[in-house]
Amino acid sequence: MCSDPETLDGLAWLACYLTTGKHLSLYWSFGTVLLLLAITAPTALLFGFGGASAARSRVAPLRWLGKGYIAIVRGVPDIAFFLFFVIALDQGIEYLRHVTLCPDWDQPVRQGNDFVVCSAAKMPLGNAPQWLHEVYGAGLAVLTFAIVFGAFAANVLYGAMRAVPRAQLETAEAYGMTRAQVTRRVLIPQMWVYALPGLSNLWMVLIKATPLLFLLGVEDIVYWARELGGTKTARFTDYPHGDWRVWYFGVLLVFYLCFTKVSEMVLSRLMARLTYGQATSGGEAQRKAA
Amino acid sequence: MSCAQTIADYAFRSLGYGERLLPRSDFTLCQQVTLIGSGMIWNVYFGVLALLAGFCLATVLALGKASPAALLRKPAEWFIFVFRGSPLFIQFFFAYFAFQALASEAAAFGALTSAAYGALLVLFFNTSAYSAEIFYGALQSIPKGDTEAADAYGLTGWARFRRVVWPTMLRLAWPAYTNEAIFLFHATTLVFFSGFPAIQQRGDALYYASYFADKTFNPFVPYPILALYFIGVSLSIIAVFGFVNARLNRHLSPGARPRLRYRPQLLR
Repeated sequence: MCSDPETLDGLAWLACYLTTGKHLSLYWSFGTVLLLLAITAPTALLFGFGGASAARSRVAPLRWLGKGYIAIVRGVPDIAFFLFFVIALDQGIEYLRHVTLCPDWDQPVRQGNDFVVCSAAKMPLGNAPQWLHEVYGAGLAVLTFAIVFGAFAANVLYGAMRAVPRAQLETAEAYGMTRAQVTRRVLIPQMWVYALPGLSNLWMVLIKATPLLFLLGVEDIVYWARELGGTKTARFTDYPHGDWRVWYFGVLLVFYLCFTKVSEMVLSRLMARLTYGQATSGGEAQRKAA
Repeated sequence: MSCAQTIADYAFRSLGYGERLLPRSDFTLCQQVTLIGSGMIWNVYFGVLALLAGFCLATVLALGKASPAALLRKPAEWFIFVFRGSPLFIQFFFAYFAFQALASEAAAFGALTSAAYGALLVLFFNTSAYSAEIFYGALQSIPKGDTEAADAYGLTGWARFRRVVWPTMLRLAWPAYTNEAIFLFHATTLVFFSGFPAIQQRGDALYYASYFADKTFNPFVPYPILALYFIGVSLSIIAVFGFVNARLNRHLSPGARPRLRYRPQLLR
């Protein structure tokens, strides 16, 4: 039915237009964004956990490392960090591989405006297939996001760990638990209710930061919206149209509005669930209402 | 070329004055510091104007959202939801293409397709929405005693708002509003990465920083310079807002005033 678009009109034309191969790529890229979000959120939480634990450590250098990580990433402007880390990580990885794989290479790595490593150290290798390059690029982007948001998560978790009432921990200690046991059995289960407001805020910010993946070179929804929305002449496509980018970005806007709205509803449910039976004012209010 | 000469050439490059060509090779530290600093003019321009205009609109929106009349409340709620619920990056793209479409219909909208006006408008609406939510929260937590005292004095309408509600709202909102101001300045770096073109390479600080990072393939110099500039801006904001904070709380002893704390929340 879509073989000859010029004969179509109205809804049939639109239906065919919206199911071209490139549009299917656009729909897939929504999935890509959700997938990257699903990978990034736990990774960032892991970084946050590491950072918060390090900041609470009794070993001074580890504590400085944790606190320094939180302070530096939070203090410096955001996108600059995204742009910085992607190149810095890439060059760091290549440099490490360069040092280990090509020990007899005698030229400097930085030659004027070039960054030169031996061809065996290239990441990914020059002869690698295209998909590997894309996965590697996306991997770097996710790692960058995780590092930046990990610092914010670390700050939230650090505050939450300190907010757990001291008496709870002392009771556990009085039962003869070791420090690790206190952390695992009392501190971590109780800290979530204090961490959730901060973490849900962070989740919202993370959702709203996903379009920045475009700046990191991922072919995401912003990329496709720009590609597909631009003016198309009859010479290059079966579906010529004017500049429709405003509509495409309008759709993205609505997508994000729905996404944040749904997240908000889910998170407020989760908060009600976690507050249940806790010694907080929210828990008290639930108890009175019941 | 001496550093003084570089400063003379590039200090106002972002506005179109001075040397037309950007340096192409043999980048010196002086060139990077000067050009990135030159770009900061745009960040400060966007930040200051959006913040000043946004403050007024935010007050109106907060009052609208707190209003019992649905005719006032609903539009304010929707405005705040739309601008807080979607990424600023997408808002920039959408606004830019919308302005372009409008400009082809009516020439009067042509000015809005430039970053100087169009992006400023988006930032203005965006910061208004975020600030309005802060002000709304503060309006909700005004101590009941304050408004009751105002009623007991027979204050009504404008006088009640001007003398009791508004100062208390500002006092409560100020620490959070300080952070909003800092995020707004950080958000100004998105402008030239989101559709709005940098005509004749007149861009903001991040535009020049990424220019240098692309040319030298070395991110370890321009981005730290950019970071230092922004830390400077953040500290200036904290100083100015701290001064206002002291003024707002001048009836309290210095020790009892709420402290401003830098709590960055990153992007929007």
